[in-house]
Amino acid sequence: MNIAVCVKQVPDTADIKWTEHNTIQREGVESVINPFDSYALETALRLKDKDSAVKITALTMGPLQAEEIIRKAISMGVDGGFVVSDRKFAGADTVATGRTLAIAIKTKIENAEIVLCGQFATDGDTAQTGPTISTNLGYALVTYVKEIENAENGYAIVKREVEDGVETLKVKLPAVLCMLKCDYEPRRPLINGFKLAQNAEIPFYSHEDIGIEPEKVGLKGSPTCVSKAFRPEQKTSGEIFENISTDEAVEKILEVLNG
Amino acid sequence: MAKGILIYAQTDRQGKVLNVVLELACVAQNLSKKLGNCEISAILIGDDVNLEENKVLLSQNGFDKVYIATSENLKDYNTDYYSNVALKIIKDIEPEIVLVGATTQGRDLAPVISSTLNTGLTADCTVLDINEKGQLAATRPTFGGNLMATILCKNYPQMATVRPKVLKKSECKIEKNTQFIEVEVDLTQVEKRVELVDFKPNTQLTDTRIDEAEIIVAGGKGMKSAQGFELLEELANLLGGSVGASRGAVDMGLADSSIQVGQTGKTVVPKIYIACGISGAIQHTVGMSGSDKIIAINKDKNAPIFKIADVGIVGDVFEILPKLIEKLKERR
Repeated sequence: MNIAVCVKQVPDTADIKWTEHNTIQREGVESVINPFDSYALETALRLKDKDSAVKITALTMGPLQAEEIIRKAISMGVDGGFVVSDRKFAGADTVATGRTLAIAIKTKIENAEIVLCGQFATDGDTAQTGPTISTNLGYALVTYVKEIENAENGYAIVKREVEDGVETLKVKLPAVLCMLKCDYEPRRPLINGFKLAQNAEIPFYSHEDIGIEPEKVGLKGSPTCVSKAFRPEQKTSGEIFENISTDEAVEKILEVLNG
Repeated sequence: MAKGILIYAQTDRQGKVLNVVLELACVAQNLSKKLGNCEISAILIGDDVNLEENKVLLSQNGFDKVYIATSENLKDYNTDYYSNVALKIIKDIEPEIVLVGATTQGRDLAPVISSTLNTGLTADCTVLDINEKGQLAATRPTFGGNLMATILCKNYPQMATVRPKVLKKSECKIEKNTQFIEVEVDLTQVEKRVELVDFKPNTQLTDTRIDEAEIIVAGGKGMKSAQGFELLEELANLLGGSVGASRGAVDMGLADSSIQVGQTGKTVVPKIYIACGISGAIQHTVGMSGSDKIIAINKDKNAPIFKIADVGIVGDVFEILPKLIEKLKERR
C-alpha cells in the first residue's frame, strides 16, 4: 500500500514577515515542521511497522529550503519524498494549494491509497488544505482523526475526535485523513537516519513537471486574497499581585468571578 | 447574479439547531443591512427529529427562508451525503455569502463545498463586514494570533466559518414570517464512503463541556498530581464551569488530552479563564488568549502567563485554591 504524507514547513510564530502582496514571506525565516504533520508522519510509520509492504512518500509545497523537512521525514523512516516548488506557486491560498498537492500526488505517487495531512498548520490554521486535496482527488475524507486502527482490504478503521466524544468510522479507501495530535509522540530519527536523509535524492517538481496550468496555481489560481494584515490590539496588561496573603488572593479572584 | 446570505444550520446529535447558528444569524443581520437588506436563509439537514422546534427557533432569529432537507439517511453527519445536499441547494439559490459555524462538522463540510465550487473560504473569522465595494471582508487571526488578516474572495459564494461564541451575541431576535421550503433528497447516486460504526461520548469531569463553558479552570505542570486536578474539578463544578489543561499537564498524565488547551489542543473563549500553575508558553496562550478575563495563579512571578492576565497572583495554588473552594461553598 502506498501512503502519501503532506507536510508543511511553518515559520516560527515569533518571527513573521510579509511580502508586498500581503502574503507570507517564507524565505529566510526560521522554520519548523508543522507539529500536526509530524503526527501524520508517525501514524504512517506505524502502519509501515505493521506491514513492511507499506511505502510512504512525504511531499511538501514550498520554497527550496522546504527540502529540509522531507529529509527529516526520511530520517524517521519514510521511504522517499519530493518538493513541489515553483515561483508560480507563491501566494497560493488553500484552494490553489490543495489543487496543486492533489495533482502532484496523482502524477508522482502511484496509486496513493491513503493521503495523510495534519488537521491544522500552526501558521495559517485554516484546516482546509486536506479537505481540498480530497475533493480534487475524488477521495473520501475524514477530518479530526486521532488514530488509524487499521487499514487493509480497501478499508480503514479510524477514530475521529469531535466536540462531544469519539467516533469510530469505517472509511472506504482511497481516502484523505487529517490527523490531530495523537496519544503517541512522533519518533526520533533512526540510528542511520541522518545518513539515509543525507543520501536521499529529493526531486523538485515545477508546475510543468506535475502538469498543472499556471493560471490554476499560486496567487492567480487563488479565489481569496489578503487585503490587509495588521497586528491585533495589544491587551493592556492587568494587575499583578505579589506578596499578598492567601485571603487577599482569594478576594481578588472572587472580585473577578462576581463580575 | 448571486444574492443573499445563506447559513448552514447545523444541529447537534439530538437534532437541535446549535447556538452558533443563531450567532451567525445575528452577524448576517448586520451584513444584510449593508447589502441593502438582502435575504437571509438557512439550510437545515438531518432527519425530521425536532423539526417543529427548529422551525420556531429559526423564525425567531430573522431567517427569511429555510431550506429543509430531511431523510433517514441524513440522521448522522456524513461528508459525502451532507456536502451533496448542501451543494445542490447552493447551486440552486446562488447565494452571495455562505456562513458556517467553525465546529468540527463545519470545518469538515465547508472546505468540501468551497473547493468543489472553486471559491474562497476564510476560516475562523472574528470579524465579518462588508467593504466599500460590497464584498465580504473577513478578518481572522493567523500565526497563532500574532497577526490579523482581512481576506476578500473574488468568486461566489464568498464563504466564511466562525467559531462558536466568538461573535458576541447581541440583541438580534427578529421574528420573521419565515418561508420553509422542503428540498427533495435523492442520494441514490451518491456513494457513502464513510460509515459511523460507533460513538463514544466523552467521559467528563464536569457537567459542562470545555467548548461550551463560560468559566474554565485550567491546570498546568504546577498542579503536580492527579490530586491537584481534583481540586480544579471541584472548583469548576462549584462555578458551573469546566476543567482544562496545558500540554505539560497532559504529557505528565495529569489530565486527558481531550481537555488540552492550546496549539495542539482546543481553542477556547470563555468569559473567565483561571490558569493555575500554568507558565503560559505561546503554545498554550494561542488557545485561550481570546478569553474575556484571565486570572493566573503561579509561584513564579516571571511566568509569561502574567503578561496576558487581567488579574495575576504570585502565589501557591495549593494554598489559594482550597481557600477559594471553601469560600464558594460557604456562599451556597
